[in-house]
Amino acid sequence: MKLPIYMDNHATTPTDPRVFEAMRPYFTEMFGNAASRNHSFGWQAEEAVEKARKQIAELIGATAKEIVFTSGATESNNLAIKGVAEMYAEKGNHIITAATEHKAVLDTCKHLEKQGIRVTYLPVQQNGLVDLDMLREAITDKTILVTIMYANNEIGVIQPVAEIGKIAKERGVLFHTDGVQAVGKIPVNVLKDNIDIMSITAHKFYGPKGVGALYVRRKSPRVQLAAQMDGGGHERGMRSGTLNVPGIAGLGEAAAIALREMPEESRRLAYLRDKLRSKLESELDEVYINGTMESRLPHNLNISFAYVEGESLLMGINDIAVSSGSACTSATLEPSYVLKALGAGDDLAHSSIRFGLGRFNTEEEVDYVAAKVIDVVKKLRELSPLYEMAKEGIDLTKVAWTAH
Amino acid sequence: MAYSNKVLDHYNHPRNVGSLDKNDPNVGTGMVGAPECGDVMKLQVKVNPSTGVIEEAKFKTFGCGSAIASSSLATEWLHGKTVDEALQIKNTDIVSELSLPPVKIHCSVLAEDAIKAAISDYKKKASATSNAAVASK
Repeated sequence: MKLPIYMDNHATTPTDPRVFEAMRPYFTEMFGNAASRNHSFGWQAEEAVEKARKQIAELIGATAKEIVFTSGATESNNLAIKGVAEMYAEKGNHIITAATEHKAVLDTCKHLEKQGIRVTYLPVQQNGLVDLDMLREAITDKTILVTIMYANNEIGVIQPVAEIGKIAKERGVLFHTDGVQAVGKIPVNVLKDNIDIMSITAHKFYGPKGVGALYVRRKSPRVQLAAQMDGGGHERGMRSGTLNVPGIAGLGEAAAIALREMPEESRRLAYLRDKLRSKLESELDEVYINGTMESRLPHNLNISFAYVEGESLLMGINDIAVSSGSACTSATLEPSYVLKALGAGDDLAHSSIRFGLGRFNTEEEVDYVAAKVIDVVKKLRELSPLYEMAKEGIDLTKVAWTAH
Repeated sequence: MAYSNKVLDHYNHPRNVGSLDKNDPNVGTGMVGAPECGDVMKLQVKVNPSTGVIEEAKFKTFGCGSAIASSSLATEWLHGKTVDEALQIKNTDIVSELSLPPVKIHCSVLAEDAIKAAISDYKKKASATSNAAVASK
């Protein structure tokens, strides 16, 4: 076993060596521009792009023509949301999203608010899922888009996407989902899931960084997006810019591997995740899982170790790469807004650790991580005045703290 | 974020972890911070009433590595100081000793607050005891 151990696969995944091999020829030998229509260099590049387009389409149950390549999910989310807002401005000016969305969605919505778009941010229930009745009530005759993520990047909960899509469809509203954490990990089918537009990025499923895609439905309904970048009119006019051919070849190969290996891989990861969870829960008291386990990505565990601050825990397990919802680990010095949205209290957000297992984690690594985390949590609880008070039977919610 | 060696040393080998009897009249207890802010420090001093010298200092901290290091360092510095000398410890001394980056300055502020709170608790108790002694005469 090699240290450090990488268990932060919601942030990014390593590029699979098979993916890297598929990309390699498109850097130096077959370097053509896919838009060059009159020589073999261009044809080779175009062939690679069209192969990848089929591969990613197949993974999500779409047709190749419905795939628009982008630089990643942030761009895909921006293009989807701003593109709809602009294209359907005559139809309405209202967008519905959820409080636990990724910043690429939330900040795009905030940007549109400044331009006069009205945005409803649905709260989530304590299990992390949106309430479908609240969604139904939020839709008005001015609503043009519902954008709710497929699976959450922090707590891994899977939203009832098919139902959300159905509700949107019944009301004639487009449905966009940020599929970044789900695509390549769990079965996603744009038809069954009633998805009109979906953001995808390669680096979350063992492809390279800097390349993504947007699924844009072509039939019932035919979705139109206003381009957000002006240029050569690539990608059916929706996304100008010379295509990142090696990246796209990598995205395609990563999709093909995911499609083949998903059943086996997700079973294995769920087994490892459940083992990690049961080890932690059997050795430590007062650990809380954030978000429902009923509808969750197989490789995600987000857990709060009460009375222990997240950054100090990360410091003690410094040969393990994971992340925390603690304020001290964020650029804004605010605890995770996703965990806060669950209503569990800021103190549990400060104490949270996100484990994101991946294709290359082994059972030996999971055993090591569990043992190390247990050891450090015990040590930090010895140091924690809160743990001491809780053990004395003091109700910490009733203490007059000197908030600073 | 990279931690200074001194922060790492205090984190890995925290000094004077523990609790003193908060009902002892010679013990002052300071508890600052709040769980929802992500840090709580409990700092206690045991003072020799005849000399005013701090003979023992203990801490427990819920917080990041820099908060743990700041309070651990504070207990080290308190040991052997008189109550008045202890009040001279400034958060900036902690910042420079531990090379804390700007985002961690609040940890040092919290440690200074904890020292002040512990000493003020001790002084309150001490004056109550002397008042009680006066009253019983």
